[in-house]
Formats: sequence, structure tokens, C-alpha cells
Amino acid sequence: MMKTGAEILCECLIKEGVEVIFGFPGGVLLPLYDTLPKYPELRHILVRHEQGAAHAADGYARVTGKIGVCLATSGPGATNLVTGIANAYLDSVPVLAITGQVNTSFIGKDAFQEIDITGITVPITKYNQLVLDTGDIASAVREAIHVAQTGRPGPVLLDIPKDVFQNKTEFIFPEKIDLPGYKPKLFGHPSQIKKAADLINSAERPVIIAGRGVNISLAFPELKELAEKSQIPVVTTFLGIGCFPESHVLSYGWLGMHGMGYANKAVHSSDLLIAIGMRFDDRATGGTSTFAPQAQIVHIDIDAAEIGKNISADVPIVGDVKNILQVLNKQLTKREHIIWLSQLDEWRSLHPATDIREHENVLPQYIIRQIHEATKGDTIICTDVGQHQMWAGQYFFYDKPNSFVSSGGLGTMGFGLPASIGAKIGAPNETVWCLCGDGGFQMTIQELATIAQENLDIKIAVFNNGWLGMVRQWQELIYSKRYFGTKLYNPDFVKIAEAYGIEGVRVTKKIDVKPAIQKSMSHKGPFLIEFVVEPEENVYPFVPPGKIIVEFLEMPSPTGSRNK
Amino acid sequence: MIRKHILVALVQDRPGVLNRIASTLRRRNFNIDSIAVGSIEVPHLSRMTIVVEGDDASVEQARKQLDRIVEVIRITDITNENPVSREMAMIKVKATPSTRSEIIQIVDIFRSNIVDVSPDSLIIVTTGNQEKVDTLVELLRGFGIRELSRTGTIALPRGGAGPLTIDEHKPLRHVVEHVAPEEETLPNW
Repeated sequence: MMKTGAEILCECLIKEGVEVIFGFPGGVLLPLYDTLPKYPELRHILVRHEQGAAHAADGYARVTGKIGVCLATSGPGATNLVTGIANAYLDSVPVLAITGQVNTSFIGKDAFQEIDITGITVPITKYNQLVLDTGDIASAVREAIHVAQTGRPGPVLLDIPKDVFQNKTEFIFPEKIDLPGYKPKLFGHPSQIKKAADLINSAERPVIIAGRGVNISLAFPELKELAEKSQIPVVTTFLGIGCFPESHVLSYGWLGMHGMGYANKAVHSSDLLIAIGMRFDDRATGGTSTFAPQAQIVHIDIDAAEIGKNISADVPIVGDVKNILQVLNKQLTKREHIIWLSQLDEWRSLHPATDIREHENVLPQYIIRQIHEATKGDTIICTDVGQHQMWAGQYFFYDKPNSFVSSGGLGTMGFGLPASIGAKIGAPNETVWCLCGDGGFQMTIQELATIAQENLDIKIAVFNNGWLGMVRQWQELIYSKRYFGTKLYNPDFVKIAEAYGIEGVRVTKKIDVKPAIQKSMSHKGPFLIEFVVEPEENVYPFVPPGKIIVEFLEMPSPTGSRNK
Repeated sequence: MIRKHILVALVQDRPGVLNRIASTLRRRNFNIDSIAVGSIEVPHLSRMTIVVEGDDASVEQARKQLDRIVEVIRITDITNENPVSREMAMIKVKATPSTRSEIIQIVDIFRSNIVDVSPDSLIIVTTGNQEKVDTLVELLRGFGIRELSRTGTIALPRGGAGPLTIDEHKPLRHVVEHVAPEEETLPNW
């Protein structure tokens, strides 16, 4: 059956289970946009900036575990995707980016809207391809989607010229593709697993550090079994939040620069770290030479290159987390660590990270706690980047996996709003809250139009403190309050929401926080709340750069400094 | 201990592969001495020989980062296997009637060849391991080198079948069958 390249692309995507494409059209994509209506199984969401398309595909993928697809035209459309692709790369999210390209005869001639996007995205994609022949589209799509979703997930890009979309060829769906160089290791080496089991069975002060790999591998029951059988405290990384229910008695928060003091202390004093699906990012470890000085390290990860990259491992185990834990759990002996756990409990009471102090103004931490109470924790929280992001991690309790959508590795401001679009479309029956600061919100604010056009029931909370909060905090604590380039002139966000046809309310008094949240929850459709919050609030604990993670600064208390 | 390591890789012969490999090495700040790439006995595959300088841990990290690339089929560090390594150099050296015979003597000692003669220069072709080529170049520097072109090292491990030997009975393929996607519900407890 002779089909055009555009038809072949659509049919391959449908066969791979793709249901949604986040896109923005352009000249070279006209043949594809003329073909998409013939395939109603592919829902097209028109965004307002290609960065929004990439972040929406990212949010969709994080929440559903399926691949997120974004589509942009050549030249500026493609380059606008770059930030979103880089974000997906650093957080290991499966995203397929399809970019149109100028006609094959124009390639390399600096044609109108031509850009070498394949070259530009080499460092931020797992795999990419410029498809020069219509007959290659089907196998390119299959290869790209397979690579994006398997092993350590990541973004892939297909660059398809206009005439390749238009030309016709015989279409046979490739049931088999050949990737001789790509064989992700799925099962850990049995002798390594045995070594790890022996260490776990004899450790005195073990700690599990669980990262996003547990979410990707869907290894929630296995992690729970490991923790409960051996009675080991579980600390997560920032992106691992939710992989272990935070209401569980063995849950001890998350570690790192803004993590819980007691989590940092536990890791620092442990004699065995079981690192599962995490990569010892510098935000989590602090200074690497002083990290966990007394601990032996078991490092379980599907990416061999991560093992030994930042921190060397005593027992490296390469493979899929779920598979490895299933084998490991069978070799564990039932143990107790009553003294060690009570030490952690004591640290938790000395360094509570989730107390909200009494204050007459609106505190961001208070807002987040109120959202938790109003939703009973049964919601997906998408955040932007900055202080509010850290507070969202600290003051909300996550019991559901994949309910925390946040840009960790790249820390992209503007991620929150479009990611919440992807999350809502991926999980239409879940409540979706989008938490943004006034700075990040304005980077992708145009996606309010997407929300209005698709009528997505997303609750948007804008934390307006009139500053680029996180940068201001560093300028206060490290640069002696030399505030420069951080004070924001802001518009009336409620008026802007209303201009987009989205209902909104402004909250300036503490007493109005709860009713506003209630109103948004009972409103059917998108709703924006602008919270005018305490302007110069700092995120604590804070481990200054290069310090040991136990050298965290704490909220200065009224009675005197509680710094350790 | 910082020393030179020889990494040999089997890669798919596709456009952009060389770019991706070079890009990975550059962004991770690895110290590259030379890269040589060429076709091999199997079509659509190439062999790359990369000489990296560093300590064992950082070279192993480089190897793993390159192994991660989809088009890289196999990559091994053969430094410790006492490999046979060779590189070729063409050296255009200044040669006057008075210096020519001395140059010819050096070329003979190094069992190399003169492939071109002109009134004021000679082109010498030499093959050997990196040390031999380095030494010859240094000796000729005294006479004045007009142009120098080196290929970079290629190397094979000694003995029988090695890590990059391709078994003709087991062709290099990894076939992935298409699996129809199942209806997945959201991950939950």
C-alpha cells in the first residue's frame, strides 16, 4: 500500500501506542498537519510556544510512564524545543521530539528556517536521526521510540524534511528492527547481588537512598519489601519523592542541599548506603570527598556509566531496579535496627523540617500544607523551579508514586505550567495542581491559552513574592544582600488569567488561603490563585555549596541560632 | 597514574556517529591523543581506535560513556593486553645537498622510506609504534620539518579471538520485535 511519509509517521505512532502529540505548526510541517486530521486517534494539542510542547510531553511521560511526543517546525520551532529536550535528558524522561526540516535539496544551504537541529541536539538526546528517505521513516520511528523508552529512558529526536513527508512509498510496518549496539542490561550479576545481600544482612546503620530509577522501574513493592524486611530507613532523592510513601514509618524524607537535616545526618553517619536508581547528583551529595565517610556503598542502577562517575561504589550492580530487588529481597534475613532508627527519630525531633512557624502574613509553606489538607494528598503536584519547588518537596506529603512532577537535573524555570498540561492530559481523572513562582510562571505564561482552549481542569497557584526568590536567597546568604537583577515588576496575574478566560482570585491575607483553595477545588475547570506571600522568606535547611551535607543552615529561631 | 590508554570500538557506519562520539569525548573533557577510524571486514561497520590519556578510573568512565551510545556496538580498553600498535607518518623535511645524506642515514636506521625528492626537501614515510614515530620526528626536527601528517594509532590485541573479533557464525545483530503496547493504568500501590 503506497502511503506518504506523513501517513506512515502517523500510522507508526499509533501502532506504538501514542495517543497525544503536543505541537506547533510551521511551513515545512504543512504536509503533516494536512494528514493529522485523518487520524483522529492522535489527539493534537496546540501549544503557544514549542518549549511548552516539549515540557508538556515531559510531564505527560513522567505521569503515565509512556513516551511523550512533541512536534515543532524547522528552524526556530526546533531550536525552541532545545530547552525542553535538555530537561528531559537530565531527568531521564522518554520524549520523542519530531521536527520538520526543509526540503532535502535545500539542506546545508542555509535555507529559510533551516537549522541543523540534529547536530545541536547530539549532546542532549539518547539518539537522533535526520530521515532523508521516506522509506526510512518507519524504522526510524520504531528505533527512536524503542531507544527512548528502554534502558535508562531519555529524549530522542527525528528530523524529517518536507519532501520526505510528501513522497509516497510502499509501507510495511517493520515488526523487527536491528540495534546491534543497544542492549540494556536488565538483570544484575548474581554474585554482585549476593555481595550486596551479605552487606545488608550484617550492616549496623544502613540507609536506602531511592531515586527516580525506582519510579521508572515501577519497583515500589520491591522497595517496600526491602525496607520492611530488613528494617532499613528510606531516604529519597528530590526526584525520588513519592517512590516510597512518606507516611510510612520507615520514610525519612529526602537528602541534599535543601533536604531534611535528619536525612542528611542519617546518610552521613551510615555504615552502608544502598543507592537505588539514583546518580549521586551534586545537589544530593554536597562535597563528594566528604560524602558518607563511614559508609560502604551498594549502587544499583541500569546505567553503568553512572556507577563510579561521582562516587565510587563498593558493590556496583548494573541492571533494572525491579529485577535486581526481586532477586536481592529473597536473600535478605529479617532484621531489626531499633537503636539506629531511634537515633534517626531523635534527629528528626531535633531538626524538624516540616514545622510551619506562626506568622501573620501568608507563608508559602502554609499554602502548600493547606493544599495537602484540601486534597488529602491525592493529587499530582507539578512545580516550576525555585524556592516554592523546595517547599513543595518539604511541606507536602507524597504517598502516591509519580505524583510529584518537577524539573530536577536542569532546573528549568517555565517547566511547571506546560508540564501540568501534559500531566492533566495523561491523567485526566486525577487532580492536578501547578505550583509556580512569579518568575517561572511568566516564562511560559502563554500556555494559559492552551489550558483555556483545551479546557483543562488545572489548579494553578502562583507564589508571588515579587522576587526571583531562590537567587535572592543566595544573594542574601552568600553575597551579603547585594540584591541585583532579582526584583520583579509583576503584572496583575488574576487579570491576565481572566483575559485568557480562566477564573482567578488573589489572596493577600492568611485567612483567605483556605477558602481560596476550597473555591478552586470545587470550581469545574481551570482556576488560578495568586498568593501574595511573605517577600523575603528563605528555604531551610540549606547546605551551602561545597559543604558537607550535615553542615546545613537552619531557620534562625527567635531565641537564637539553631545552626549545627 | 596518568598514562595513555588505547580504546578500540566497533561502531555502526551511520551518518553522525563520529560526531556523537567526538561530542561525548569533548563535553566530558577527556584528553584525546588521537582518533583513527576506518572500515572493517564486515560492511556497514567501522572500527575506531582512540588513544586517551588519563588514570584508569577516568578512562573507564570515558569507555562507559561511549559504550552508552546506541551506535557503538562494543568498546574495550586493550592497553593492558600488550597490544600491537602502529601509526604512520609522512614527514616533509628540508634537505639540502649537504644535509641529504645524513637524513638518508637516519631514514635507513629507522627502516623507513623516502617517497619523494625535490631540490630542497624529502618526503619520508614511516610506520611504527608511537614511540618510534615520535623519536624519528624529533630527530628530523633539527633539519627543519616543512609538513607533518600523522594518522594516529591503530592497534590489535595479540593472540587469537579478541573482544572485537566478529564471529562469522554469530553475526552482530540485536533484533527487537515489536510488542503491541498494553493498556496501562497509572502506577499505583
